[in-house]
Amino acid sequence: MLSSPTVRTSLIFTAIAVVSLVFADIAVTSANPWKDLGRFFLGIITPDFFSTEGLATALLRTVAFAFVGVALGSVGGFLLALAYRAYPVRIFCAFIRAIHELFWALIFLQFFGFHPLTGVLAIAIPYAGIFAKVYSEILEEADPEPGRLLPPGTGVISAFLFARIPDCWVQMRTYTAYRLECGLRSSAILGFVGLPTLGFYLESAFSQGHYSDAGAMLILFYVLIATLPLWVKPKLLPVYILGAPFFLGEGMPIVWGNVTRFFTQDIVPSPLKNEEGWAGMGSWLGELFVDQALPGIWNTVILTQIALVATGIIALLAFPLISTHFGGPARRTGGHVFLVILRSTPEYILAYILLQLWGPSMLPAVVALALHNGGIIGHLIGRQSSSIALRPDAPSGLDRYTYELVPRIYRSFLAFLFYRWEIIMRETAILGILGIYTLGFYVDSAIQNIQFDKAMVLILITASLNIGVDILGRFIRRKLALQTMPTC
Amino acid sequence: MALNFIRKLALTSLLFFTASTTVYAQTFVFTAIPDEDETKLVERFRGVADYLSEELDADVRYIPVKSYAAAVSAFRNNQVQLAWFGGLSGVQARSLVPGSEAIAQGEEDQAFFNYFIAHKSTDLERADTLTDDLRGKTFTFGSKGSTSGRLIPEYHIRNIFGEAPEDVFERVGFSGNHTRTLRLVESGTYDVGAINYKVWEKELEDGNINTDDVKIIWKTPAYPNYQWSIRGDVDQNYGEGFTDRVRKALLALDDPELLESFPRSAFVPASNSDYEPIRSVAKDIGIID
Repeated sequence: MLSSPTVRTSLIFTAIAVVSLVFADIAVTSANPWKDLGRFFLGIITPDFFSTEGLATALLRTVAFAFVGVALGSVGGFLLALAYRAYPVRIFCAFIRAIHELFWALIFLQFFGFHPLTGVLAIAIPYAGIFAKVYSEILEEADPEPGRLLPPGTGVISAFLFARIPDCWVQMRTYTAYRLECGLRSSAILGFVGLPTLGFYLESAFSQGHYSDAGAMLILFYVLIATLPLWVKPKLLPVYILGAPFFLGEGMPIVWGNVTRFFTQDIVPSPLKNEEGWAGMGSWLGELFVDQALPGIWNTVILTQIALVATGIIALLAFPLISTHFGGPARRTGGHVFLVILRSTPEYILAYILLQLWGPSMLPAVVALALHNGGIIGHLIGRQSSSIALRPDAPSGLDRYTYELVPRIYRSFLAFLFYRWEIIMRETAILGILGIYTLGFYVDSAIQNIQFDKAMVLILITASLNIGVDILGRFIRRKLALQTMPTC
Repeated sequence: MALNFIRKLALTSLLFFTASTTVYAQTFVFTAIPDEDETKLVERFRGVADYLSEELDADVRYIPVKSYAAAVSAFRNNQVQLAWFGGLSGVQARSLVPGSEAIAQGEEDQAFFNYFIAHKSTDLERADTLTDDLRGKTFTFGSKGSTSGRLIPEYHIRNIFGEAPEDVFERVGFSGNHTRTLRLVESGTYDVGAINYKVWEKELEDGNINTDDVKIIWKTPAYPNYQWSIRGDVDQNYGEGFTDRVRKALLALDDPELLESFPRSAFVPASNSDYEPIRSVAKDIGIID
């Protein structure tokens, strides 16, 4: 068994996670974690839909920001996909998608302030980077045959539109619709930094212990996501996209001088601004690196590695819940609902909830990341396992799980896991805003201290780390010959 | 179909950008640092907005923000013209907006102080200073950008122990605001916390503190804190003498219910120089350059 490269890789990653556990800060620090958890679940089952003023508006804004952000992102991404062969375009796309929506929002908040553009761009920019990559992959895999059959002299654009696009259209549409769901999640969490979406009210309700209000918001959010296929129809899409911009709210007017100031002064490193020259720059960077970037990177990497393995464990445990090889339809429906809840709840919100309940340490973050990502992967491999045909005399129960199904889905399981490695790291960094000492903590501190120069350097470091892990993840997937479709 | 779709998208983005550059009426907007539970803040500052609208005969609006830095940025970016800042956020904001000034502070803000509070399980007793018994405990600040929740406690911790908070305590956190600091120490999530004395007294008065679980272990020396700060270009944009009218209105605020919601007994005149001590402490600690 050890000769199998997938097993070896799994064991190496598990070993890294175990070693990381030694260095990680894992603890339940609150005095009454179970009492609070009980109150939280009580709140969920006794939701109060009417006490939060503006909840309906917040839901509307959440949807509006998601539509406009994803629409702009997909147009931008499509245009970038056309030039994706160019190396600089690839680098550019990798870079913009390596920066989390919340970081983009924090950046735009500094000069656009509470203008709708802040939220729209925070979604559109990283999504454009992701769309560009996925669209270009879809376009590349299109069947070249129709193009060869075109009469000579057909223009490039016509050829592209009539021979290439039709072959990719369904796939692109499916993926874009899928991203819309991701967009709703992103839009909701933007509220945590002050945009008028669901997260704004969710944060207030949670931090004040109004669990019934919070429960109502979460339920509405799940319903919104679960009913997506019912209300997002291709025919209605233009209506939504045309209408959405009008429901973003007014926000505050943009003062363009602020934009200039941000780029020409705020983010210029302070030694350069104070004319201390490159010598001052060296010590400024050195200090920033030793005091903030290094501990941030260390904690981010440790937490990511633990969360990655925990995600794998949750996924492997969860997939039988929806697999047709185990249990009847009633249990499967239950399993589906459970997994939908896990994957519809953004890690950020899960981590926020658990932090409130268990107190600050890496534990809430690990559990949040593992539940959300494990829910997504569990859903995907569960669905895949249902399509496996077993022999009529195949063993049942635990033997069926360990000897029949897990070996058969293990490769695609690993493929999804390594695909999500970079996503987990991106989220890990952002969870720092909640007070766990990952890179996001230091970025947030710099912003709270109005030191945007430092914040920008730290965001760049975070982005580089993500790009590094993305490359490593792809390398491992290629080495192990694992193929996967993109998830978010 | 694809082309059609793209065309629609392009049109939408165009519409979006025109919609977003509409000219807005000259509303006078203010904000406040989110130092307490949001429900309380919204209630309190809507009252202030109504009061100011009437006194100034202008459209006055309050916008809630999620962080101290967001309040400072909104003030700096001229998206709000007036703000209820803490000592530190006020200093930060005014240094970023030339000509801006502190125009009023609470009577109590002239000599504000903090309490260090501890959970009963620590067995810490009230003393005249922070004692070595605190070493190895867990500790929470309020918000990262808070004067009474961060700056002053950090200053005293460094001063008394000669070390950074991370070295004195086993675990250092940022609760987010004073109400949360209270809740976290009361529930034992953190052993010790630093809290604004006004929030403590108000919560005590409202019966929201279980004094069996949490108690005061130290009272800090006094320092200047909260103030109303206004941008320097307000007269230019809202009419000559507008700043003075805002100042007068705030100083004349005597609605007991509104004052109680702050809670302050009255607003008194303030000036930028009142906050020099805060600036020098912030510089010492390295929070401002």
